[in-house]
Amino acid sequence: MATKASRTAARIMMAPAVILLLGWMLVPLIMTLWFSFRNYLPLRGGDLGFAGFDNYARFFSSSAFWPAVGATMIIVIGTLIITVTLGVLLALLLDQPMWGQGIVRILVIAPFFVMPTVSALVWKNMFLDSVNGLFAHVARFFGAAPVEWMIQAPLSSIILIVSWQWLPFATLILLTAIQSLDSEQLEAAEIDGAPKVKRFWYIIVPHLGRSITVVILIQTIFLLSIFAEIYVTTAGAFGSKTLTYLIFQRVLESQNVGLGSAGGVFAIILANIVAIFLMRIVGKNLDS
Amino acid sequence: MGRITLDKVEKRFGDVQVIPPLDLTIEEGEFVVFVGPSGCGKSTLLRLIAGLEDVSGGQIRIDGNDATMIPPAKRGLAMVFQSYALYPHMSVRKNIAFPLKMAGMDKAEQDRRIDNAAKILNLTDYIDRKPGQLSGGQRQRVAIGRAIVREPAAFLFDEPLSNLDAALRVGMRLEITELHSRLKTTMIYVTHDQVEAMTMADKIVVLRAGHIEQVGSPLELYRRPRNLFVAGFIGSPKMNLIAGAEAAKHNATTIGIRPEHMGVSKTEGMWKGRVGVSEHLGSDTFFYVHDTGLTDGITVRVPGEFDLKSGDTVYLTPDMTHLHKFDDKGLRIE
Ligand SMILES: Nc1ncnc2c1ncn2[C@@H]1O[C@H](COP(=O)(O)OP(=O)(O)OP(=O)(O)O)[C@@H](O)[C@H]1O
Ligand SMILES: [Mg+2]
Repeated sequence: MATKASRTAARIMMAPAVILLLGWMLVPLIMTLWFSFRNYLPLRGGDLGFAGFDNYARFFSSSAFWPAVGATMIIVIGTLIITVTLGVLLALLLDQPMWGQGIVRILVIAPFFVMPTVSALVWKNMFLDSVNGLFAHVARFFGAAPVEWMIQAPLSSIILIVSWQWLPFATLILLTAIQSLDSEQLEAAEIDGAPKVKRFWYIIVPHLGRSITVVILIQTIFLLSIFAEIYVTTAGAFGSKTLTYLIFQRVLESQNVGLGSAGGVFAIILANIVAIFLMRIVGKNLDS
Repeated sequence: MGRITLDKVEKRFGDVQVIPPLDLTIEEGEFVVFVGPSGCGKSTLLRLIAGLEDVSGGQIRIDGNDATMIPPAKRGLAMVFQSYALYPHMSVRKNIAFPLKMAGMDKAEQDRRIDNAAKILNLTDYIDRKPGQLSGGQRQRVAIGRAIVREPAAFLFDEPLSNLDAALRVGMRLEITELHSRLKTTMIYVTHDQVEAMTMADKIVVLRAGHIEQVGSPLELYRRPRNLFVAGFIGSPKMNLIAGAEAAKHNATTIGIRPEHMGVSKTEGMWKGRVGVSEHLGSDTFFYVHDTGLTDGITVRVPGEFDLKSGDTVYLTPDMTHLHKFDDKGLRIE
C-alpha cells in the first residue's frame, strides 16, 4: 500500500501537525533551558544577565531539594502500590456476575471525572477536617481524639486523595484485562489441582502483568507532576513539598525564574529517565 | 482405576433442562466417544464428569465412590480442552509440570515424568519454548502431555482436534489411539467428526438434546441403528430414508438403505431415477439421484469410477440384506 508517492503525500499532510506539536514542545523547553542559565528576578530588577550553572548549584544544594525528591517518591510509589493492589482486587470483584453491574461499574469510574482541585477540597473539608470531617466524627464517636490529618500525616493524606482519583483508571484497565482471560485456562488450572489463591497467583497475575506495567507507566508520568492536590490541601507545608511544588514556589513565591527553571530542567531529565526505564520494562513485557 | 458411572445425572441451566436424567456406565480402560449434533449437551456432560459444572440431580461415581460433590482437582481426571488452554506465560516444561507442582510432587519425580511424557509425545525438542511459539499440533501434544503426567484415572477430551487441519487431524487421531493402547486408561472423547468416532471408539454414545439415543460399538451402530436418528446420524454420506408406499411394501413406516448398499446400473434395476450432481473422489463416486418418486434425492456410492453424467437415467437396486426398517415411532424393526 505504501507506495513512494503515498508516503510523500502522507509526510506533507502530517507536516503541519508535527511542526505545531514540535513548536509547542520546543519553545517552552528552550525558554526554560535559556532562563535556567539566567539570573532572572522579575520583581527585583528583571533579567540580571548570565548566571552560568549557579542556578543549578543553588537548586540542588538547597535544603528543600532532597526532601522534595523524597516526598515525590513517597507519593508516587505509595499511590502506585495502593492503586495497583486495590485495582486488581476491585477488578476481580467487578468481574463477578452481580445485580446492577452496569451501574456499579459507572460508580467505580466516577472519581476519575472529578477535577483534582475539587476532589482534593472535598476530601480535605468533608473527610479529613479535624473538626467537621467525617473521619473526625467517627473518631469522636469511638471516643478517640480526631487526627489532624494535614499536619500529622500530610503525605498519607495526599496519597489517599490521589489514590482515590487514580483507582478507577487502574481498575478499568485491569478489569478489561481480566475479562480477556480465557476461562478455559482457569478451568484447566482448577482440574490441575490449583486452588483459588494459586489460580490467582499462577494464572491471573501473570496474565495481568502487561496491563499492570501499562498502569504503572501511565500513572507514574502523571503522578510525578501532581500539583493541585498539594496546593489546595497543605500548600507544601509539613514536608509535603514535591519537586513540582518546589519549582512552583521558586518561580512564583520567590519570584526567581532562573532558579525555578533550573529545577524544571532537572524535573524533565528525571521524568525522561523514569520514562525510558519504564518503557524498557513495558517493551520487554509486550514482547513475550 | 477408571470406571465411571452416571446415575440419573441431570443438568439444568436455570429453567432449561439441558440434560434430562441419564444413566451411563463407562468401563475401565474403555475409549468412549460422545457424538451428537451441536448443542446436544456433549460438552456439558463432559464438564459434569470433570466437575466443572455441578449436577442438578443424580450421582456420579468414579471407581464405585460417589464423586458428585468432589471438586475437580480431587477426582483424578485430566481434561484436554478444544482451545488447549495452555498457560501462555509458562514454557512447555512448566506447563506440563504445573499439575505435578500443584500436587506437591518432589522435583526428581516431576522431571522423570515430564521427560517420559516429552519422549512419548515428541516434545523434547521444544520443551523450553512458550506455547505461543508452537504450531497447533505441537500445542495439542503439550496439552495431552499435561494430562498424562498426572497419571489420571481417566482422560476427558473435548473436541481436541477440531482446531487442526485435516492432515494433522489424521496424525493426531492415530497418536491418541496409540496412546490409549499404550496407557490403557479410560478415555472419554467428545467429537462431532464421524470418522473420529468410528475409528477411535470402543463404544460410541449418541446424544440428542441430552438424551442417549444409543450406546454401542461403532459397527453395532452402523449395522443396527436403534432408531431413525442414529440411522441418519451415523454413516457418511447419510443413510437414505424412504417413507410411504415403498416402505409399506416392507411392512415398515420408514425404510433405510445406506449409499454403499445399492447397486447401480444404466439399464435395469428396482428404482429408476435421473443423475443430478456426481462427486468423483477417485476411490469412490457419489451420485445424487433425483426423480425416483421415493424421496427428494437418493445418494449412492459406487467404488471406483462409474461412467454416468448429469441428466442420465440410472437404475438403483438396494441390497435387501442391508435394508433397515423402522416403525411409526421411528424405532427399528428386526
Ligand atoms: N452456562 C450455560 N448457561 C446456559 N446454557 C448453557 C450453558 N452452557 C451450555 N448451555 C446450553 O446447553 C446446551 C448444550 O451445550 P453444550 O456446550 O454441551 O453443547 P455441545 O453438544 O458441546 O455442542 P457443540 O458440539 O457445539 O460443542 C446448549 O443448548 C447450550 O446453549
Ligand atoms: Mg461442545
